[in-house]
Amino acid sequence: MSITVRYFASLREQLGISEASVPADGIHCVADVWQRAQPDRDLPPRVLAALNHAHASLEDPVRDGDEVAFFPPVTGG
Amino acid sequence: MTVVLHSDPLEPFSLVSEHERGLAPGSFGACALFVGTMRDFNDGEIVTGMTLEHYPGMTERELALIEDDARTRWPIQDSLIGHRVGRIEPGQPIVVVAAWSAHRQAAFEACQFLMEALKERAPLWKQEALEDGGRRWVSPSPNPSHQGGEGL
Repeated sequence: MSITVRYFASLREQLGISEASVPADGIHCVADVWQRAQPDRDLPPRVLAALNHAHASLEDPVRDGDEVAFFPPVTGG
Repeated sequence: MTVVLHSDPLEPFSLVSEHERGLAPGSFGACALFVGTMRDFNDGEIVTGMTLEHYPGMTERELALIEDDARTRWPIQDSLIGHRVGRIEPGQPIVVVAAWSAHRQAAFEACQFLMEALKERAPLWKQEALEDGGRRWVSPSPNPSHQGGEGL
């Protein structure tokens, strides 16, 4: 089983990828998802995270089948 | 409580009047309304267009949560949030927010809350097209009165 990872806006462009799937084994929290998906990059400052379509912190627990997203500060409105 | 994302140009005043026709006549005494419109300038540059990216699913969910929050804080009868996504031209409305209440203070305050919370929490990102053909992502400003895109 796996975890879906999504990236948006300038972060999506910087990484050159909008979506990926990573194995769920050994992943406990949102920060683990970033490390698994982007092992050669530190999480950029100010990047925000969401878990299953809700704002999340890096410490929030992640389960098999979850969707985790990373994105820059929002600029709607 | 209604949230609508528009990939085509939106008509803010039609949306508000259509929504109001669905409310019980006499059940409210005030409607406060905010419309944000795309400028053709930002940060000293001429802007020729804009693309609004969003996170489908999360955007709708977050805007609905913002409406729920407003309802717990003010005695509002109803609210409406409409937001453009996709390609936008200067002069086109980007966002419409409305709140209906028995009295004006709650309507004014709820409308402002909805707009500020949207700018802070909704997963939407503006990318501007510049006159020289370049593109740039809009950065959030710590000062809401100088944030890109609309004329708050």
